Amino acid sequence: MNKSALEPESAPPRSQIYNEMHDVDGSVRPHYERYAAWLTDKPLEYMLQKQREADTLYTRLGITFAVYGDGGGVERSIPFDIIPRILRPDAWKTICDGTRQRVRALNAFLRDVYHAQEIIKAGRVPAEPILNNNLYRREMCGFDVPGDVYIHIAGIDIVQTDRDRFYVLEDNLRTPSGVSYMLENRRMMMRLVPELFARMAVAPVDHYPDVLLDNLRAVAPPGIMNPAVTVLTPGPYNSAYFEHAFLAQQMGVELVEGQDLFVANDVVYMRTTRGPQRVDVIYRRIDDDFLDPVAFRPDSVLGVPGLFSAYRTGSVTLANAIGTGVADDKSIYTYVPEMIRFYLGENPILSNVPTYRLGIPDDLQYTLEHLHELVVKEVQGSGGYGMLVGPAATLQEIAAYRERIVANPASFIAQPTLALSTCPTFCGSGIAPRHVDLRPYVLSGRSVTLVPGGLTRVALREGSLVVNSSQGGGTKDTWVLEE
Amino acid sequence: MLSRVANNLYWMSRHIERAENTARLLDVTYRMSLLPYRILEPGQSWAEPWALPLVINGLATAYYERYPGPLSAENVLRYMVLDATNTSSIYSCIQSARENARTARGAITSEMYEDINAFWLELRDRDFDGLQARGVSGFFDWVKTRSHQFRGVTFGTSLRDEGYSFIRLGTFIERADNTARLLDVKYHTLLPSVTDVGGAVDYYQWSALLRSVSAFDAYRKVYRDVLTPMRVAELLVLRDDVPRSLHACMNEIYDILRDICEPSSREAERLAGEIHAHLHYGRTEQIISLGLHEYLMSFIEKLDALNGEINRHFLVPEYVTAPEPGRAGMTQASR
Repeated sequence: MNKSALEPESAPPRSQIYNEMHDVDGSVRPHYERYAAWLTDKPLEYMLQKQREADTLYTRLGITFAVYGDGGGVERSIPFDIIPRILRPDAWKTICDGTRQRVRALNAFLRDVYHAQEIIKAGRVPAEPILNNNLYRREMCGFDVPGDVYIHIAGIDIVQTDRDRFYVLEDNLRTPSGVSYMLENRRMMMRLVPELFARMAVAPVDHYPDVLLDNLRAVAPPGIMNPAVTVLTPGPYNSAYFEHAFLAQQMGVELVEGQDLFVANDVVYMRTTRGPQRVDVIYRRIDDDFLDPVAFRPDSVLGVPGLFSAYRTGSVTLANAIGTGVADDKSIYTYVPEMIRFYLGENPILSNVPTYRLGIPDDLQYTLEHLHELVVKEVQGSGGYGMLVGPAATLQEIAAYRERIVANPASFIAQPTLALSTCPTFCGSGIAPRHVDLRPYVLSGRSVTLVPGGLTRVALREGSLVVNSSQGGGTKDTWVLEE
Repeated sequence: MLSRVANNLYWMSRHIERAENTARLLDVTYRMSLLPYRILEPGQSWAEPWALPLVINGLATAYYERYPGPLSAENVLRYMVLDATNTSSIYSCIQSARENARTARGAITSEMYEDINAFWLELRDRDFDGLQARGVSGFFDWVKTRSHQFRGVTFGTSLRDEGYSFIRLGTFIERADNTARLLDVKYHTLLPSVTDVGGAVDYYQWSALLRSVSAFDAYRKVYRDVLTPMRVAELLVLRDDVPRSLHACMNEIYDILRDICEPSSREAERLAGEIHAHLHYGRTEQIISLGLHEYLMSFIEKLDALNGEINRHFLVPEYVTAPEPGRAGMTQASR
């Protein structure tokens, strides 16, 4: 949840901003009409009461994320907004087709860079940012993952700037989180306003855990009839622990920590009350570096010694595969449209945000001249750390950042500040537009699919474009209307 | 099921049971202290009913370190109710239970988690002064009710699987241990010899003991006669129709272990069977000839050994090698 989606701090002029509910003349867009009709006779007190009910329920249900520091024990709820974000069927189709296309291409790219490296040989993507990338796992070269699936779960962050214009902000291909909020937000809305679901054809998302389990079972090592699937978590103090436990419970599989697993003769077992039991598929929510202290970081206490060796023999499947990080690196992001053309022979359905690669002299020069209006990020940064938001930065911050860029231009990219769309959001004293993004979850295994929905994050502060939960961001239920 | 998860479930229910037992004991102690008479002879150990909650939990030393000076009801309450530094306080028990539940969240129903989480959140917001202002008895009733409620939610929503077995195991092991300790300490201080006959005031002491384990009405129904120490012992040790008696607890424990034990963990089942048989075929006269204190000490020791076996086989097993061929066969059969 800490991955920052949207960086630009200061908003573009209001007139350019696309309001998803209201047209510029103030009329309600067709796909919001039924909601607007319902909303129109609801007094403020009613909305306040629903909001309080939601807040109480989230605390009582223990839907929280842990905040690091303070002894590791602090848990908070992510603010939930009671006004749903509604998507037209055709908009969803674009998002759905576009993200599936993207994940198929990214998966082909991963298979390629760990095998023949055709895309590099063809000169379509330079070798350097891939092979010298520290997220590139040489250990994976020549290894065939089951079903050729690397990215079993992807979270693709998308923003909308106009009625039909969608941009991909980033591809999260390692251990994307937040899907539990998609599911819990829906349950909450059905509890709070069941009558709305009777009036509107909202596509269901509840089957996500079933689809996930089905896909995970499909990628089990060959020859196993009834594969044992587990979810591997760093433990209760991880910020996404609630989600790990939630998904394990919803799938009906064991939630394991590193200490629950051991490897013997390159087979992974879990310690159970009935002795060791074999594990076939691990949906791991631990980063590559911490998975196995023998193969990767020796100081990791979260991992399982010998896991990588077992993985290499094919006795256990990891989801996502090891080494997917090289494809969600921000310097690689710029090549995704090229991957789509190269591997699929198709034109990209979703656009990338125009991105300046500062290793290129022209791009660097332009960026240095326009720092006050651009967003600059480290190519391997994530979670919104180590970036410059030009429009919101002070002159000193810009000057300091300029020095960092000049020292090592190739490790930075720059993007223009986007005019994110807004959705009506309940603010306590009334309803006001707030900027949103969307993270749908793409599942691969048996096939490449999405459930119709995703996590909508909303910047609760007026004018803010930062939807990050650690910076005052909240979430909304996302309603995809059925045709 | 995962050993770590089983361990958390086991301790989740032990912690809740412990909190409930502490609430029960503090409640009767408090009610006793409100009685309008003061005919207890000062200096006698049983004149200090407030020492009991400390003695039973082995906390007397720790208490005096925290609250030097003469024992006071208020300090004992402070220490046993909301003191986060005391790992046996009601506060700490519920905190631990909730943490156990959180860690084993995938293995319990969402209703259960919601219930224990709400219990903890409400408890966390209490403060001692407010508690005193509203009356401590109301608070103890609340703790008991929440504990009952959690057991009810567990009973009403849980799949009858291994996890459920470990939850129940934790409840009954903790309960048996508590009843044995309570009886021992109370008996010991009231009647150094089991055949001694107490005075008139003792009536309140015995009835308080019975009330603390919800057995006062049961006594009336079973004996329809005056309270005698012998019958109290019989009721809480040998009768299996009193839900907090040692016999009733061992019935459950033995049943559960017969259900979950496999050839390699038969020692746990055997041990439980042995303890159970002692109660099942035991007679009051035997207990008297051995001495109640000795009898209870022996029970507590065996229960502790049983707890050790349960740990060794189920909850914190130590092995790092591949399963033995027989075991692997068992695993593969389900694949």
